[in-house]
Amino acid sequence: MREPLLRIIDLGRRVGAAWIWRGVSFDVAAGERLALAGPTGSGKTLLLRAIAGLDPVDEGRVELEGREAEGGEAPAFRARVAYLHQRPALWRGTVAENLEAPFSLKANAGKRFDLDRAAALLERLGRKAPFLEARASNLSGGEAQLVALVRALLVEPGILLLDEPTASLDRASASWAEALLTEWVEAAPGRASIWTSHDPDQLARVAGRRIDLEGWKP
Amino acid sequence: MEAVTHEYLRLDTMHVALSALLLLVNVVLSWLLRLGLGARLVVAAARMTVQLVLIGYVLDWIFALERPLEVVILAFVMATLASVAAVGRTSRRFAGVYFDSLVSVLGASFLVTGIALVGIIEVRPWWDAHYLVPLLGMVLGNALTGISLSVDRFVEGLEDRRDGIEARLALGATSWEAALEEIRGAMRVGMIPTLNSMAVMGLVSLPGMMTGQILAGAAPGEAVRYQIVIMFMIASATALGMLGMVLLAFRTVFDRGHRLRLDRVRMPMDWIAWTRRRLPWSRHSG
Repeated sequence: MREPLLRIIDLGRRVGAAWIWRGVSFDVAAGERLALAGPTGSGKTLLLRAIAGLDPVDEGRVELEGREAEGGEAPAFRARVAYLHQRPALWRGTVAENLEAPFSLKANAGKRFDLDRAAALLERLGRKAPFLEARASNLSGGEAQLVALVRALLVEPGILLLDEPTASLDRASASWAEALLTEWVEAAPGRASIWTSHDPDQLARVAGRRIDLEGWKP
Repeated sequence: MEAVTHEYLRLDTMHVALSALLLLVNVVLSWLLRLGLGARLVVAAARMTVQLVLIGYVLDWIFALERPLEVVILAFVMATLASVAAVGRTSRRFAGVYFDSLVSVLGASFLVTGIALVGIIEVRPWWDAHYLVPLLGMVLGNALTGISLSVDRFVEGLEDRRDGIEARLALGATSWEAALEEIRGAMRVGMIPTLNSMAVMGLVSLPGMMTGQILAGAAPGEAVRYQIVIMFMIASATALGMLGMVLLAFRTVFDRGHRLRLDRVRMPMDWIAWTRRRLPWSRHSG
């Protein structure tokens, strides 16, 4: 059997003495679109953050292609396993500057910012070229979410951890984003995504497999 | 015409007590405008008086001893108190903050004061308390302001812009890359008081040390030269101390896994408010 792309092994996180989730174990294969389900407060965001290594865990580990990322390798790991925040945070400057900024990071050295590709991706999401020159601070929550999504796609990670990526989008933009993300996983080998969403219909549309976090509540 | 003497007028306890009446302005204003500063003012004024009287006795004793060991011990005590005061002025605390502050304050102030004593003013012996104590005191008093401002701004900046910083980390930024803008902002903010005071010095404000020397009978030109040296010492010690403190704070609020660890930051205890809430006549007690 082929090695899974990403392995979550016995992950556990607690607050004080109480476990939020414990023993979380699953594999993500290349080409897979996984849905992470669970009611509000079940710790979906915390699990995605833990997978991305943005929060410490109390137990367990995460392996990418059979290797656990040591502390110092976290940036390289995150350049491949990118977490997209539910509350999109854009930096100062224009949309284009936001999209280009990650390319100045050491972990993305060797990748080149492609303005045409950025414009094409935004167009897929219903935003025409002048949008690139808009000030990030003037965008609505939904527009910011689109920019954050395109920003993550442009640096070409292998795995996208999507935390309610369409929560602030209108219905049309949400369906464009769904289509774009589904295509993105299939467009190249070695890609995968993990979605969280409150909308079971959406999870059924975008994901091939569903995991329920309730199963790991001690 | 009366001749100008260089003997200064001596102040006794009565003069000092009279000047304390000036503080009534603050107390009355605080009461009229409901500023709630009355207790803090009285505590601060009493504390300042006690501290100054004590240091007066300590200096008398040390000047009379003329031994390096006691001077160096006093210097360490001064730096330690300054480092505690620097932390006291911050609105955020984190694990090891007192140690970090001590390392930054001590390192920066001793280095700069040492260079000034040995290499610039050429004091012989280098530990002569008449020079070492006031120079170090000036450097410490000013550097601690810069240090507390900068570390406060750094941690607050991380809190305020947490989402943006984590968005950088999530796309592969190292903790240094993610924090660099906040480090720069903190260094800028910490230098502002020094830059401001340099800008107006001599025009709007006559600095304390220069005023003191003039009152004690030094020629103004001489006092000015000392003041200029002191300002350059303050500027460099502040910058070094801030850099040390912010870098040490950076090591705490980010971990080895390039994670932002704001769970290591907490708010300090406000002892005056805490005591006030527990006073029998307080509306909040009970």
